[in-house]
Amino acid sequence: MESTALGWWGVPIAVIAGALRVSIPFLFVSLGECLTERAGRINLGLEGILVMGAMAAYAVSYVTGSPWLGVLVAGIAGMSLGLLHGWLCGLQRVNDIAIGIGVMMLGTGLAFFMGKPFVQPKAPTLPALNLGAWSDSPQIQAALQINLLLPIGLVLALLLHWALRHTRWGLVLRITGDSADAARAMGYSVNGVRTLATSAGAFLAGVGGAFLSLYYPGSWNEGLSSGQGLMAVALVIFARWHPLHCSWAALLFGGASALGPALQSVGMTSGYYLFNAAPYVLTLAIMIATCSPRRTLAGAPGELSVVR
Amino acid sequence: MSNKHSLAGRRDFIKQVAGMGVLTAIGPAMLGRAFAADKIVVGVIYVGPRDDFGYSQAQAQAAAAIKRMLGVTVVEQERVPETADVQKVMASMIEQDGASIIFPTSFGYFDPHAVKMAEKYPDVRFAHCGGLWTAGKHPKNAGSYFGYIDECQYLNGVAAGHATKSKKLGFIAAKPIPQVLRNINAFTLGAQSVNPAITTQVIFTGDWLMPVKEAEATNSLVDQGVDVITMHVDSPKVIVELCERRGISVCGYHADQSALAPKGYLTGAEWNWITPYTEHVKAAMSGAAMNNFLRGGLKEGFVKTSAYGRAVSEGARKNADAVKAKMMKGEFAIFKGPIKDNAGKTVIATGTTQKQTDVVLEQMNYLVRGVIGKV
Amino acid sequence: MDTSAIANSMRRMAEVLLVPLGALTAALVVFGVLMAAIGKNPFEVFALIYKGGFGSAFAWQNTLQRAAPLILTALCVALPAQAGLVVIGGEGALVLGGLSAAFIGAHLTGVMPVTTWLAMAFIAMLVGGAWMAACGALRYYRGVNETISSLLLTYIAIALLNHLVEGALRDPASLNKPSTTPLPESHLLGAIPGYDIHWGLVLGLLACVLCHVWVRSTVHGFALRVVGGNVRAARLAGLPVGRLILVACGIGGAMAGLAGMVEVAAVHGSANASLIAGYGYTGILVAFIARHNPIAIVPVAILLGGLNASGGMLQRRLDLPDATVLVLQGIAFLMVLASETLYGRAKIFQPRRG
Repeated sequence: MESTALGWWGVPIAVIAGALRVSIPFLFVSLGECLTERAGRINLGLEGILVMGAMAAYAVSYVTGSPWLGVLVAGIAGMSLGLLHGWLCGLQRVNDIAIGIGVMMLGTGLAFFMGKPFVQPKAPTLPALNLGAWSDSPQIQAALQINLLLPIGLVLALLLHWALRHTRWGLVLRITGDSADAARAMGYSVNGVRTLATSAGAFLAGVGGAFLSLYYPGSWNEGLSSGQGLMAVALVIFARWHPLHCSWAALLFGGASALGPALQSVGMTSGYYLFNAAPYVLTLAIMIATCSPRRTLAGAPGELSVVR
Repeated sequence: MSNKHSLAGRRDFIKQVAGMGVLTAIGPAMLGRAFAADKIVVGVIYVGPRDDFGYSQAQAQAAAAIKRMLGVTVVEQERVPETADVQKVMASMIEQDGASIIFPTSFGYFDPHAVKMAEKYPDVRFAHCGGLWTAGKHPKNAGSYFGYIDECQYLNGVAAGHATKSKKLGFIAAKPIPQVLRNINAFTLGAQSVNPAITTQVIFTGDWLMPVKEAEATNSLVDQGVDVITMHVDSPKVIVELCERRGISVCGYHADQSALAPKGYLTGAEWNWITPYTEHVKAAMSGAAMNNFLRGGLKEGFVKTSAYGRAVSEGARKNADAVKAKMMKGEFAIFKGPIKDNAGKTVIATGTTQKQTDVVLEQMNYLVRGVIGKV
Repeated sequence: MDTSAIANSMRRMAEVLLVPLGALTAALVVFGVLMAAIGKNPFEVFALIYKGGFGSAFAWQNTLQRAAPLILTALCVALPAQAGLVVIGGEGALVLGGLSAAFIGAHLTGVMPVTTWLAMAFIAMLVGGAWMAACGALRYYRGVNETISSLLLTYIAIALLNHLVEGALRDPASLNKPSTTPLPESHLLGAIPGYDIHWGLVLGLLACVLCHVWVRSTVHGFALRVVGGNVRAARLAGLPVGRLILVACGIGGAMAGLAGMVEVAAVHGSANASLIAGYGYTGILVAFIARHNPIAIVPVAILLGGLNASGGMLQRRLDLPDATVLVLQGIAFLMVLASETLYGRAKIFQPRRG
């Protein structure tokens, strides 16, 4: 029987396939955080919002039978947590980094708490697009089997990029992020804009979480997320707050996450823990390389507490 | 408002508050006493959620069966990490719930945690799953039970050997510990009994519950041409579902996952923990001595196999059933020499047979010839 | 004048105590409503929480045992916070400190237990301190946000622990649970005589007192707080900001490393994956609720230790998932953080003149 194995070719294909699959949560979460940070606020609670979104999506998909409805509800659940974050940060003297950690704890706790009954049952998952139908090789076919959320996410990135530059709302957002005084002088409520941005960002993060539970790995349990929400925050800094750069960075991170198992499958078996840590090392290295103490990061919103 | 009135009113009020206070204070205590009214309280501790379609679920099924026994109350706690926490949980079950037999179900609970607690509470029995209880080294009220599920993995291997077209099998495992290695080897030996040229590719994910890594591992294996996969992770759900989606066959583990993969499920290796649980609880209730080293395979009813799926051919069924019948009579040895490991060294010499009960098997540290991977 | 000054300081103290207490009470109310919403009697829940955490001598020992590591890991957050940094990497410092302590402890042969403990503590504090000081250095010299870098370093530390425990430092006899070579029985840190709690609690209390004295009463500590209050002013005053940041992070990391050493010496006897127990994360909670005050960390750690201890009861008696305690912690955390806004608002706490 002829072998259909790819040998060492399997590694780059796995990395690309991983990039296409695993990058989607990174993409949505980082786009959401990009929006939030452009308005001058940092939301570290994305990890909790992601997990909450995953649970909500799975639960709704199971109960109603419609995975897309699950995605929508996941976004709404994320948005509510984002509203909470925004409102709390709007109070005087409240540290938004600490609130982010609190939202992370609350989101994770609530998701596990409410999600207990949904660990076992099997919910309908999101459908896939078969982009690889042209190939005879089943591996390439499987690698190019992407979810609709990927093109949606990429289009969203383009949209955000255009909106931030060319629309009035984008301008308002950027002004609020660069100089709160200027925004106030123009008559806009700084807190209002930031809360809206946080909520929109959290909506996207919830959708990112929905992808995890409804497509890949396609199941709800308590080990689903491993810091992807937090990595997305670092990703945004790496991408210099450009939505388009966020997409590239998300693909890069997705590929890095797939490296470990891919290498093992061709026989490089030692040190798999270190390979699994590759995305974190990558993030740290990037942050070290691109940050500078003297002036705030080029392109950073002036009001962001992280870079002041 | 006259003084007498208010004084009486205040006294009544105080009495009411005091009454409520006393009730809230002793209420929980009454709850505790009601607990001990049953003949025996059994404590079960899980490392993961009870409904994980895997390891903890298999244990929980046994606990649920025990609950139905007359005079037995079961208290359960899940998601207890393998740290000092579990000692406190065990102690809480004993002191606060009055448990007289505890089932710590995760491997890492044994040493030092269950051992320490056994020394501290000599009247309570500790029936640990999988631990290497050694006479003289560990206290008499601690003991371990385990099942020879590698027999079922061998049968998985036989079914896989018949089903595979590419002659490449895959095994996704958490960590390279002896229990896992034994399963990998049994699976491979079973498949090689059908065709000695079959190979098994192993991927270690690093921990017992890593859904994203398990999914990636499944995809990598399938990309490499593997067409039957099995696993040893806490919750096989993700791997089974993904195999079904990619259209390859899968053998289950821990519990029955056939509902998740109607097309590709061949058969599975399942625990039947109800057997050791019942034995331990009955012994505790009657005061009989505790069996410190309880082991059993298919023959004793400690493990079982899932029903064959649609994809299993007639020939495969006959083959597997024949081997199973021999195992049921105790006439089949999986680890029979000569066996070489995947580095070429002979690990079991010609003519030597290691029976299932041989303790040396519980310290396995090699992978047999034909397994691609490193310990 | 004197009496009004005393009254004013009493007002300030009242504010500092009552606002967080009020926040915690409000959190309990919200939690109670949540419990009622899912059909459980909130009073029953509270009674069980009390019983599980504080209702008997056994419960108290359970609580104190859990509080011990929390005190040390909370210091890992509270000390850099004095310098204005938000460092949340205690978990990473703990595991690496524990790993190095286990390595040293197992290989030092022929010495008295006390020597072993001192050596273990030293190396654990060194490694943990260096790990967190790296965050501080990255922040000061490269402008990298310390919250994110400390979190990333935690994940990396856990990967290193797993890699070394299963690889280079693995004890060949530890088959089914890969661990480092175990400490000899005689060298394990025992329990406080008469109680079921190990000496880690005493170490934690000692550390808190020392840190409190350092931060509040020494010039060095004062300089640290100036940096935390206003970096520019500190620079203008000529304070060595970089060094102060490194010291604060380093000592914080050393505390977390010490917690790791205690886990190894008193609980496990060797380093393995069980070291990753989440104490670092709960420590974040403790530090914030205690508003980064080393002395306040002790009662808050005990409170959180009690909450965690009672989680088991909630599971066993009311069939509530173990995430219940996590939810309560999240609500409490957010409430306490939100209550920051109340300082200086209530008239009753304001200092009066004359």
